[in-house]
Amino acid sequence: MELDSGNAAWMLTSASLVLLMTPGLALFYGGMSRAKSVLNMMMMSFGAMGVIGVVYVLWGWSMSYGTQSVAGIFNNPFESFGLAGALLDGDGNYVLNGFNYPVAIDVAFQVTFAIITTALISGAIAERVKFSAWMIFAGIWVTLAYFPMAHMVWGGGLLSGSENSLAAAIFGTTDGAANVAPLDFAGGTVVHINAGVAGLVLALIIGKRKGFGKIPMRPHNLTLTMLGAGLLWFGWFGFNAGSAFAADGVAGLAWVNTTAATAAAILGWLVVEKIRDGHATSLGAASGIVAGLVAITPAAGALNPVGSIVLGVIAGVTCAFAVGLKYKLGFDDSLDVVGVHLVGGLVGTVLIGFLSTGGSVFFREDGSFGFGGLDQLWIQILIALAAVVFSGIVTAVIGFAIKATIGWRVPEDVESAGIDLAEHGESAYEGISAGRIATEVK
Amino acid sequence: MKLVTAVIQPHRLDDVKAALEAAGIRGMTVSEASGYGRQRGHTEVYRGAEYTVDLVPKVRVEVLVESEAAGTVADVVVQAAQTGKIGDGKVWIVPVEDVVRVRTGEHGAGAL
Repeated sequence: MELDSGNAAWMLTSASLVLLMTPGLALFYGGMSRAKSVLNMMMMSFGAMGVIGVVYVLWGWSMSYGTQSVAGIFNNPFESFGLAGALLDGDGNYVLNGFNYPVAIDVAFQVTFAIITTALISGAIAERVKFSAWMIFAGIWVTLAYFPMAHMVWGGGLLSGSENSLAAAIFGTTDGAANVAPLDFAGGTVVHINAGVAGLVLALIIGKRKGFGKIPMRPHNLTLTMLGAGLLWFGWFGFNAGSAFAADGVAGLAWVNTTAATAAAILGWLVVEKIRDGHATSLGAASGIVAGLVAITPAAGALNPVGSIVLGVIAGVTCAFAVGLKYKLGFDDSLDVVGVHLVGGLVGTVLIGFLSTGGSVFFREDGSFGFGGLDQLWIQILIALAAVVFSGIVTAVIGFAIKATIGWRVPEDVESAGIDLAEHGESAYEGISAGRIATEVK
Repeated sequence: MKLVTAVIQPHRLDDVKAALEAAGIRGMTVSEASGYGRQRGHTEVYRGAEYTVDLVPKVRVEVLVESEAAGTVADVVVQAAQTGKIGDGKVWIVPVEDVVRVRTGEHGAGAL
């Protein structure tokens, strides 16, 4: 094996792009929160960068990828604890992976996914949670929920297409791989369903913000939110096109599909708003971007570009309606992690069963238009449900444990006054009314 | 002496200020305010959730004048602030017992 420097260069770039998504998410969420809690909101993302950047190096990589799988659910955390033995071979040379770039770059790429996935959850529990509780949760959740999911789906575990997977048990194997393999290109299950379910479970365990549904909780700065959405889109090219693990045609296809679906989702979301609410809003455009990016994530390598447009429109429309559910069902998923990431993740993961050009409801195995069977659809539904159940149970256990021990919530008076000052000793802006009234300065 | 207080539309402030200056008024206090009268608030929709914004932004202009000038000043403000639409605001006049200039300690009309 010889180093493929093209692949190595692209994967280093991709890893860097995905890392930028988390500060982008901080802006996206920060703008949607109220002025008195924007710093705490952004710190939940930056805090996740701190905790998970350390945890991943120590045992995250080892729990996700390796040769000592425990029942196909997670890998032995001590096989390459602290990345010992993972990066260099016996002769001191950098180990290359199957795409002929160093495993060290794989670690770089994967740690960024673990960070953003955990940070996504924070939007569901905005403005009311102790920073210490969040930091502890982040470390435990990524260990018990994220690393196992990554192992199950991408590390050759239960939800992959390996010979030891559920898919192999259902559809049989050929040459050591399942005949019908579940498809999750860049993380519909591992990232979005996982984080979306965790957000839902935590929002239920932690409870509503004081005054939810009664007092206005408007986004305080949508310019931040739009900038954040733009950075997320930019970073997502690393997320999706990087998940080709090579600088090749699949990466190019994933890039095109990512943009096509995201563009279509913006239009879908805005049309719903224009018809239902009377205005196409900036928050709707930013939300449509994220809904499209989420939905195309598992599908970016499996669809053709027109299929991606179809998927994007469906995701934009579905999520635009889904974000209203919390008011009907009465849970305070503050910034719509459920409505966008869980619903978008489910839409993307399941629609692969209809739109995959490798054999699905609408495409035959040779990629031509026509009925290609239901097998792919079944396995997609199966991995989506498995992700929902697994993430739900694990998150509930962690969530209740934290509630019973250190507790989640800040005191009520702190919540009313604003969490920034109490938790971080800072406030984002001088004077709450600053800039509210514009008069022309001559 | 009288205090003339006007609560007006923020976008009329520049015209009101100019009109008061033209009428010989040499000082005023302007502050940001929020409230509502017959105009009530307006609604905003975020991700499909509708919010009624009751308190709308206004600007409060306060001018201290000699008693006989108060009526004129109020008229000047009304003329400059008027758009004819609901939400234009209000002007009121109240008597002032005394005024002291902080720099010199002068009392009464001399302090205006």
